[in-house]
Amino acid sequence: MQSWIPFLPESASTLSGRVDALYFYLSGVTVFFTLLISGVLIFFVIKYRRRTPFEIPRPIAGSHKLETLWSIIPFLIAMSFFVWGTRVYFAQYRMPADGIEVYVVGKQWMWKFQHSTGQREINELHVPVGRKVKLIMATEDVIHDLFIPAFRIKADVVPGKYSTQWFEATQTGRYHLFCAEFCGMNHSGMVGTVVVMEPTDFDNWLSGNANQQSASSAGQQLFQSMGCASCHGANAEGGRGPALQGVFNGQTQLNNGQVIKADENYIRESITNPQGKIVSGFGPIMPSFQGQLTEEQLMQLTSYVKSLGSNQATGPATAPAPAATPRR
Amino acid sequence: MGTFTAATAPRVNYINAEYGIKSWLLTKDHKRIALLYLGSISFFFFIGSLYAIAIRLELLTPQADLVQSSTYNKMFTQHGIIMVFFFLIPSIPATLGNFLVPMMIGAKDLAFPRLNLLSWYIYLAGGLITIYALLAGGVDTGWTFYTPYSTTFSNSYVVATGLGIFINGFSSILTGLNFIVTIHTMRAPGMKWFRLPLFIWSHYATSLVMVLGTPVIAITILLLAFERVAHVGIFDPALGGDPVLFQHLFWFYSHPAVYIMVLPSMGVVSEIIANFSRKNIFGYKFVAFSSLAIAVFGFLVWGHHLFVASQSVYAGMIFSFLSFAVAIPSAIKVFNWTATLYRGSISYDTPMLYALGFIGLFTVGGMTGLFLATLAVDVHVSDTYFIVAHFHFIMVGGALFGYLGGLHYWWPKISGRMYPEGWGRFSALVVFVGFNLTFLPQFVLGYLGMPRRYHVYPPEFQVLHVLSTAGASILGVGLLIPLFYLIWTLRYGPIAAANPWHLPGLEWRTSSPPPTENFETTPIVTWEAYEFAPIEEMKVIGKFRPEVDSVS
Repeated sequence: MQSWIPFLPESASTLSGRVDALYFYLSGVTVFFTLLISGVLIFFVIKYRRRTPFEIPRPIAGSHKLETLWSIIPFLIAMSFFVWGTRVYFAQYRMPADGIEVYVVGKQWMWKFQHSTGQREINELHVPVGRKVKLIMATEDVIHDLFIPAFRIKADVVPGKYSTQWFEATQTGRYHLFCAEFCGMNHSGMVGTVVVMEPTDFDNWLSGNANQQSASSAGQQLFQSMGCASCHGANAEGGRGPALQGVFNGQTQLNNGQVIKADENYIRESITNPQGKIVSGFGPIMPSFQGQLTEEQLMQLTSYVKSLGSNQATGPATAPAPAATPRR
Repeated sequence: MGTFTAATAPRVNYINAEYGIKSWLLTKDHKRIALLYLGSISFFFFIGSLYAIAIRLELLTPQADLVQSSTYNKMFTQHGIIMVFFFLIPSIPATLGNFLVPMMIGAKDLAFPRLNLLSWYIYLAGGLITIYALLAGGVDTGWTFYTPYSTTFSNSYVVATGLGIFINGFSSILTGLNFIVTIHTMRAPGMKWFRLPLFIWSHYATSLVMVLGTPVIAITILLLAFERVAHVGIFDPALGGDPVLFQHLFWFYSHPAVYIMVLPSMGVVSEIIANFSRKNIFGYKFVAFSSLAIAVFGFLVWGHHLFVASQSVYAGMIFSFLSFAVAIPSAIKVFNWTATLYRGSISYDTPMLYALGFIGLFTVGGMTGLFLATLAVDVHVSDTYFIVAHFHFIMVGGALFGYLGGLHYWWPKISGRMYPEGWGRFSALVVFVGFNLTFLPQFVLGYLGMPRRYHVYPPEFQVLHVLSTAGASILGVGLLIPLFYLIWTLRYGPIAAANPWHLPGLEWRTSSPPPTENFETTPIVTWEAYEFAPIEEMKVIGKFRPEVDSVS
């Protein structure tokens, strides 16, 4: 299956070919210049070896022309790396508008996944080939990092917020999934498998595991049981607290005049630290739920709020995606 | 080497000027303090190497067989901490720099001899506290101490280790301060700025980074300790902090710290390349100013350690650009060293082999740095063995090769004895081969996706790990050889002449080993750096005895 020493990992996503192309370009240019420099070096060392003990070669002061040349040429080449690298980076980290969403929770030392249709898995992630998959990731404890070499993607999962990344698999198969940020004793055991399936197989797999509650309906139950409904209304239509219907991904005016986008991170922050950003016209009366909800429950609540619809005409599925990394 | 006549009467030099343990522990002589440092950093290098051996042995097989995961995590953490903070950062500045900065500028000592001794005691205190932490139970956070693992989750000796590093930082600051003041105020008459050897320029640039950067790591460790001990919310989001803030603060020092390790080494290489091809350096001012450029730009690139840490993509873009910018002065140095060889008179002595090895390995290290500055590729290789290979090329291939080259080059001056040239060349070759076999496979491992800091790993990575371990054992042997013969020379080595390499630098215009006051009379500098004089003149200025001191 694999050669004795492979030089490239499997390439199984729409991004992996783009990263590899850039890698080949970098390798070609750097190997060429490394060989050129070492070749010249070795040539000089042999040709100008010391022949008589006390010879004094004629001094050569230097050359401004050469200095300029060998500053500008490397700089221009470096800029080609910069531009190309940045373009692919933006593709890696800017979330696509469409695609299926999977919630990911990292904890010492396992990966938990929940599909938006409710299926849960641990250390295994089933996805269909040819569809964009968005990972919305949180951690229960320390920083983790979800790394799938075959897809050439990697992103830290940082406590206190959601981070995101996405991929579109191009080949069915089983691929490694690693935690790439040192996270404690069993760090190297925090590994798993991504199973890429044909869409029909994936649908079968989903329906075979369909008895699980969907994330948003679990969130709705939490909404009632945690007492959110008493202020936000039984159907989140609003009350002493702001209405949540149609809030997701829209512009929200805060009481300090600032207008922010109500993305996943804002919803999460409004539950864990409600005093941080208060909606205009409401008082700072909500208690913090920090420590009372697990990351999975927070994700279910977030999913419920998202299921209440977006206040943009186009709806959440096609809402223009901002830069992937949540900023404060 | 020819025959050597024994000195008729033992000349008074800095080694035999005084006897007794007290004369060493209370010395204010920069040369003796350099030797104190040489002994202590060698000790820490030895400890750090033991961890490296254990790590490489464990990784021979995909399973855990030698140690448990918790032990493995402590091993790579302690390897990193000891090598970075207690070997690489002080290595060249505190030993060769301490010994040579005053000698190369024609001064009797550093500007603040007492501070210089104090810096060694501080280093020792920091080192001993760290050793205590290791013996008491060790630390398992990785040398990077990322929060909130280090503040809230780790059950190891984080605060004690942090205290050791915190204290040690002051020795770095004092050394840097001492060098800056010395280079500004104590140059001999005629030693203008552009007559300074490039070793001095690179130490000046290094000192700037030490003085400006080290306080930041001190503050960072302090904040970490506050959070861990007193639960003050700084980095842990559960306490209202931001874990990524720690990474910004940590790398604001720790990236420039890479330049603390490699700039002095570049200074050594500039000396060796010019002197062992008997030519002035090509583009002196470009090499000198590129050191300063690296020191300044080095403070602006820390964000490239956070490309996958959920920072803004635009921040990533800016840090990527700046990281490419910092590569240019390093490239300029490599080109100028190569051009210096053109029409030179190149010898193949051990220091030159190390310097040439440095250029090759540093080029590979620098080139692979371009992969990491390229955002999209960094996303894939970040936190993999590609990174491990890259920074070992810079730190071992760069800093360690420069250190070993410099140690051989100035050994006659330091000890008054010649090292065995044949053994020197042989060990340089073994080190070069062993090093490449250890770390080249790791680039491949990294691109294949092998994450760093993994105790157990998927079996398909084993072949490359076996190659790497094989290389490490060769590297280990290569490093043991100089340890033995350098100690051997102290008693049995041939007596070195004042100027065994026939060079124009000021440090060669006094006896070997030098007297306590370095020069019998204050030298007056009338020549440019690396200005080679005909042999007749050398006889006068270097007390050169052609009938005794033959040339290799």
